[in-house]
Amino acid sequence: MRGDRIFGLVMIVLALGYLLSATTIRSSFMSDPVGPRTFPYIIGGLIILCSVSMILRPDPDVEWPMGPMLLKLGVALIVLVGYAMTIKPLGFILPTIVVSAILSYQINPRPAPAVLTGFGLGIGLFVLFKFVLGLGLQGLPKGLLG
Amino acid sequence: MDLLNNLAIGFSIALTPYTLMLALIGCFVGTIIGALPGLGPSNGVALLIPISFSMGFDAISALVLLTSVYYGAMYGGRISSILLNIPGDEPAMMTTLDGYPMAKQGKAGEALVVSGVASFVGAFLATIGLMLLAPMLSRVAFQFGPAEYFALYMLAFCTLGGVGSNNQSKSALAACLGLAIAMIGLDMTTSMPRFTFGELHLMDGIDFLVAIVGLFAVAEVFHFIESHGKDSAIGVKLGKISIPWKMLNHTKGAMLRGSGIGFVAGILPGAGASLGSFLAYMAEKTVSKDKATFGTGNPKGVAAPEAGNNAAAGGALIPMLTLGVPGSGTTAVLLALLLTLNITPGPLLFTERPDVVWSLIAALLIANIMLLILNVPMVKVFVRILSVPSWVLLPGVTMIAFVGIFSLTGSNFDMLLMVAFGVLGYICRKLDIPTVPIILGILLGNAMEDNLRRAMVLSDGDWMYLFSSPISIGLWVAAALGFVAPIFLRQFLKKPPLPTLDED
Repeated sequence: MRGDRIFGLVMIVLALGYLLSATTIRSSFMSDPVGPRTFPYIIGGLIILCSVSMILRPDPDVEWPMGPMLLKLGVALIVLVGYAMTIKPLGFILPTIVVSAILSYQINPRPAPAVLTGFGLGIGLFVLFKFVLGLGLQGLPKGLLG
Repeated sequence: MDLLNNLAIGFSIALTPYTLMLALIGCFVGTIIGALPGLGPSNGVALLIPISFSMGFDAISALVLLTSVYYGAMYGGRISSILLNIPGDEPAMMTTLDGYPMAKQGKAGEALVVSGVASFVGAFLATIGLMLLAPMLSRVAFQFGPAEYFALYMLAFCTLGGVGSNNQSKSALAACLGLAIAMIGLDMTTSMPRFTFGELHLMDGIDFLVAIVGLFAVAEVFHFIESHGKDSAIGVKLGKISIPWKMLNHTKGAMLRGSGIGFVAGILPGAGASLGSFLAYMAEKTVSKDKATFGTGNPKGVAAPEAGNNAAAGGALIPMLTLGVPGSGTTAVLLALLLTLNITPGPLLFTERPDVVWSLIAALLIANIMLLILNVPMVKVFVRILSVPSWVLLPGVTMIAFVGIFSLTGSNFDMLLMVAFGVLGYICRKLDIPTVPIILGILLGNAMEDNLRRAMVLSDGDWMYLFSSPISIGLWVAAALGFVAPIFLRQFLKKPPLPTLDED
């Protein structure tokens, strides 16, 4: 119930923003009968229609993560965002060790296997990607290599 | 014979040692992907596209490799269904109904062999069907103009939405979300930026691979952490594998019927393998004389859905190759692969790039035989791989997702976007909003708008032009039916509950 309604409301707000942004699309001298704005208008309108239907006739609610589980998922999200930010400046190996160890610990909260998983994946995947598959990855931070 | 000539060309390309090796690797990796719970054909293929693209494969090699993975994953899904009572992927769900009870009765080996052979029969017949039907359909597709294509895209969204979710407005919302995302970037006709908000990264639009890997693979990470990642303990014994000829003979009718039903379900846009295996199981249960034993370990209940889901996998390639409209999540991913390789599927593909089409078909035939060998005598190897603990597997999958996108685009922005799509995918899964229409929307959005605009140029702005030809009217009617009919059919097509895991 609540989940569907909140999602529907969020979608309506986003769709209104989308429609507003669509009004600012400029046409050019190359024009056609439909133009670059019509299709986005239709889509935005349909999104609002579907969202209203979701708000009026919501499905029974599912169980949402609460308390510690929400925290756990939040940590996973932060870790993944951090990984996306650091893989370029720090190279592949170090962030991978840290991130896969944390993710592994979240699934199975025992430190030793988690650390081993981190090192195994960090080094193993690097060897696999770099030397077996030949992808252009950088292993370590640029500064360390001199 | 045109067909045999074409096939000969295909085999002459596919039978090189290099291509054969790629097919073998693809089959092997695919079976593993299919067998591991949580990794299905769609996220498996999605993970591998960016990597194989970064490795610089040519179009045919990449296609052979990844369609082998696709077929392999369809075979592999049954392994965890039978041994763990956890479907390795969604289409394999029906296999748990009789597969797991068989395994508990000490007939795990028989169940694996019967389902392996059924997979082979289904996939092989479907590949032959693909060979015969696809060129015919591509000739029909030549008559399609922009109005017909627009109606066809509507049909794909409507049936996919109708079948894919329990709530029509949710699947329509998902499709619109995908279409809305597809609009981001430069408009093709006027080359004016749309919805870029001055962000340079958005000028080229959102890469559909980023969206696919995010929605499928990264969303799985969140889901997995939440569901505590139950470790897969194989509770049933797997003895020596021998071939139960009598059982195979007993189930051959079920295999053939399942293949036929699955193949038709696969061709329908939007239906796909899950529906194929479901219908095959239900039909077999209806025609069978020993109805009561279904769900308690009847080998026919293993053979029919497995033949059905593999035949549907083959059938789903037909609309994807001839019309450019995928019928399921995995074929949507394969369409993404074709687009990445700069191959535009459609009727022209058969006349302009026959080498691609026919070497693909030849590779599918070869892959099937390899898969039969891998999945019947060597099934124990895969059973061993199933015991990889989830706390190693899942971080590994995540890292592969990141590396794929990173080596493809080399930008932090795209990786962050991928994580955002992961969150979206997690929320959608929670709310029972299907994610496949989102992906289809992103993939087809620009083509759909382009066809609409070209149709309007042809008709000088008259919207009735969209309904002016018999083909397009037929497609619109089918679209409306496909969207509305499941509401009424739903009460007849209740899914039987999964057998519960009892502790003993």
